[in-house]
Amino acid sequence: MVGEQASPVGAVPRVTSTLGWRDRLGTLLVRCGPGRMQYLVEPGLYALHNPGPDSPVLVSANYKLSFDHLRRRLGGIDAWILVLDTGGINVWCAAGAGSFGSTNLVRQIQESEIPRLVNHRRLIVPQLAAPGVNSRLVTQNSGFQVLFGPVEAADLPAYLVAGMEATPAMRRKNFPLSQRAVLIPVEVFQNLKWLLPLLLSLGLLSWLGGETWGTLASMGALALLLAVLAGQVLTPLLLPWLPGRAFALKGMVAGLLVTLPLLASAHASPGLALPGSDFLAWPLLIGGLASFLAMDFTGASTYTSLSGVTKEVRMAGPWQVAAGVCGLLLLLVGRLPVWGG
Amino acid sequence: MSQLRYLAGVSTLEFFPELCAGCRTCLDVCPHAVFESDQESAGKKVRVGDRDACMECGACRHNCPTGAITVKIGVGCAQAVFSGNAETCC
Ligand code: SF4
Ligand code: SF4
Repeated sequence: MVGEQASPVGAVPRVTSTLGWRDRLGTLLVRCGPGRMQYLVEPGLYALHNPGPDSPVLVSANYKLSFDHLRRRLGGIDAWILVLDTGGINVWCAAGAGSFGSTNLVRQIQESEIPRLVNHRRLIVPQLAAPGVNSRLVTQNSGFQVLFGPVEAADLPAYLVAGMEATPAMRRKNFPLSQRAVLIPVEVFQNLKWLLPLLLSLGLLSWLGGETWGTLASMGALALLLAVLAGQVLTPLLLPWLPGRAFALKGMVAGLLVTLPLLASAHASPGLALPGSDFLAWPLLIGGLASFLAMDFTGASTYTSLSGVTKEVRMAGPWQVAAGVCGLLLLLVGRLPVWGG
Repeated sequence: MSQLRYLAGVSTLEFFPELCAGCRTCLDVCPHAVFESDQESAGKKVRVGDRDACMECGACRHNCPTGAITVKIGVGCAQAVFSGNAETCC
């Protein structure tokens, strides 16, 4: 906030397109932290730079990342920003959940007295809010015409210059490397609650477990980390290049890829004396777990349908379980004194 | 890089051309260019060009003024399939 803007509806808090260090630090924390859901902007009206009665009105969610992302892209542009109460959830998710919806929008238009604020009767609503916002309903109940703006806030200046016309490219939701990469910490952090205890137990076991079982526990810990690396780091990063369309398949391939160096180094150290069955067990375990973890990324991706994910879970689930069970059995069998000799 | 594509032949999207008024709203709201039209101006019926790109977000169905589109709306998220609750995804 940098001061206030006088307007026909009273003083409106003013923001600029520059993010301060506080905003940036907050962004970093919110990306990773457990407080991801409570990073809110007060709903209501904001003045970006020095808007007047003819300036455009842009609608945003009250998730601070959505709001910051929007204003950062609007350097040198005077506009009103109407922030809806979406419970601190981003535009797309809020539209799906209904909080970025027609009723909420109409109410906020009235509460913020937008009809008295501007001369025109147009609102620019993010295109990704369209699953929640029914443009006709909003017009009927508020008198404002809804124009769906571009998918990416970065295209807003060009859209405004073109007289609020979006090119077909602006209407498409892509999923570039940069957007996939920022999601990785969120995915990994979500797993810490089961990953950390498991790693600690394996660490303890490798310390106390003696030669056979201690080595197994250390390898298990390494395998877990490799599966997370494959399923939740490499799969998002290499998404377009991993084979297949199903995330489960992509994750499995990534899992097998990371297993290769592990097996090669195990093979090169005869001192480890790994049973031969391990060379089948580890690919099964790491591939299976990576495949399962990769399926989790369907939720963060921008192009998967519920019908598709349901099909994928049904098809891949049994294979993932089978790979896990077979892998564990092979590890044990290879270490039984009878065969292990 | 080519477009990322998900499983083919699964979308529940259905289009009823006889109901379409050619308002082009669906062309504006769809984030995956599923609909297409040969001309720039309003008034001509659209058609489904790339059904397999549909992610079942429901933006088109929600904004079509004539009910020419139906789709079973959902969030494409494995957590939702496991828990039966789409809220767990966002
Ligand atoms: S929104 Fe409905 S009526 Fe309008 S062009 Fe699309 S299908 Fe036709
Ligand atoms: S449901 Fe969404 S992705 Fe599918 S056609 Fe409609 S707007 Fe496009």
